[in-house]
Amino acid sequence: MSSVIEPVALQDVALAQSHERRERLERMVGWLAPLVIGVLAVATWEAIVWVNQVPHYILPAPSRVFVTLFQDWGTLSASLLVTLQITFMALAVAIVGGVGLAVLFSLSKWVELSLFPFAVVLQVTPIVAIAPLILIYVDNTYGALLICAWIVAFFPILSNTTLGLNSADHNLQNLFQLYGANRWQTLRFLKLPAAMPYFLGGLKIAGGLALIGAIVAEFAAGSAGAGSGLAYRILEAGYRLNIPRMFAALILISTAGIAIFLAFSLLAHLLLRHWHESAIKRES
Amino acid sequence: MLAVTASVLTAQPPPDAPPLVELQGVHKTFQNGTVALENLNLRVGEHEFVSLLGPSGCGKSTALRIIARLSGVTAGRMVWAGGVAVGDIGFVFQEPTLMPWATVFDNVYLPLRLQHVPKRRVEGQVFEALDLVGLRDFWQAYPRELSGGMKMRVSIARALVTEPKVLLMDEPFAALDEITRFKLNNDLLNLWQQRRFTVVFVTHSVYESVYLSERILVMAARPGRIVGEIDVAAAYPRAEAFRTSEAYNHWCREASAELHRAMGDA
Repeated sequence: MSSVIEPVALQDVALAQSHERRERLERMVGWLAPLVIGVLAVATWEAIVWVNQVPHYILPAPSRVFVTLFQDWGTLSASLLVTLQITFMALAVAIVGGVGLAVLFSLSKWVELSLFPFAVVLQVTPIVAIAPLILIYVDNTYGALLICAWIVAFFPILSNTTLGLNSADHNLQNLFQLYGANRWQTLRFLKLPAAMPYFLGGLKIAGGLALIGAIVAEFAAGSAGAGSGLAYRILEAGYRLNIPRMFAALILISTAGIAIFLAFSLLAHLLLRHWHESAIKRES
Repeated sequence: MLAVTASVLTAQPPPDAPPLVELQGVHKTFQNGTVALENLNLRVGEHEFVSLLGPSGCGKSTALRIIARLSGVTAGRMVWAGGVAVGDIGFVFQEPTLMPWATVFDNVYLPLRLQHVPKRRVEGQVFEALDLVGLRDFWQAYPRELSGGMKMRVSIARALVTEPKVLLMDEPFAALDEITRFKLNNDLLNLWQQRRFTVVFVTHSVYESVYLSERILVMAARPGRIVGEIDVAAAYPRAEAFRTSEAYNHWCREASAELHRAMGDA
């Protein structure tokens, strides 16, 4: 008997080891592969510019873009702050308004039925198309930019939170009813926690959208704007054929978007790690 | 013909048990027109262990929900002999129905929290309920870290934390494996003998109902009604030996025959 068992056990150990090795390798490839591709792409770009001696006002070399990023850091970082300020203020208003309205929806079917269609209208109308109108009717440019960014960030939060509030387990709702819970208790202890994963999913989308909304609105405002956001810098640099600066500003926008997404992903992980499937590593 | 006479059969508790709750001529029709219960009469005595046994769709869960006041009646009445307050009823669902975002402690604390009792004042009470189901050491765990049987224990602890007069159980062990189910059957009987609350236990398992209850009410479907009653006159405490005894087999045969009659194939 033992002669049968032994090789199997050895095989198991070998299998587990090879499995572990494969997992480590996969993790490494996950980091390395995109990095290699990225470095290669940038190097190729650099080489093409140098070999063909492309003038920088047509296509700047990546090295030149990075130099510009550091040289113009003073102007660009100030603009980045302005854009981020609009983004986060719009996001804050979207969270308060979106969650607030979603709670109202969950308390009254009538409010939901009468208001939700308008939220959809707000969502499906392209922001580029209404930004000029908002800029006309709102005197304060900063306020107008805020409204534009808010419009695009609002819907994912409203719609996701509404879905979340309605998805609380029915038997748990029965249990709350059994113990005579009032509306506030049901909201506080059941519906809001149940809606949390959905809300956080909406927040991840809304964060990126708020940034896009802010940039689009700045473009629409153009040189007429109070104009010191990143989009304004891109427009300004475009007029001056300062292409390296356009790229530098673009890098900042993308980086900001990625940072916002990662920050909210981390937040979601921290809040959900104890209980929600999305934040829990699956056992193989 | 049998069904007609049987449908007016009133399920009586043993004469020595004072009544706790009574359903009198209860009809329940759902909004889609389905008749869930028709002329249901049942009386549950204090400290009794009663099972509602029947095929799926016979309205046994609906009857339980009506007793829990989670559902109203279309006609008829429900009478609580000594009145009923929040916390007098504990309910255990087929699923553990725990809040996944809350720890074991907070899940068991929930019924008291909903009655605005501060946590500090009832810590002892919550731990006592956890002791009853042997889960004190797991008070900080989250439901996902527990096995199916442990989750069900938490659910039972939550139902018992308010020291209810009656524990309503809706097929609580149906989703568990047999070994865990037998263990929880024994634990439930021990708890019941220790604490002397009333149990109304809904099940579709003949064996489970015989093992646990003093009295089995057999229900038939379409429309839901009580068609038979069996007194399981076996003494408590019942332990694993009872499962293999001749008496147990006898009651199982009896209950099976009654169930088959209820389903119209005898």
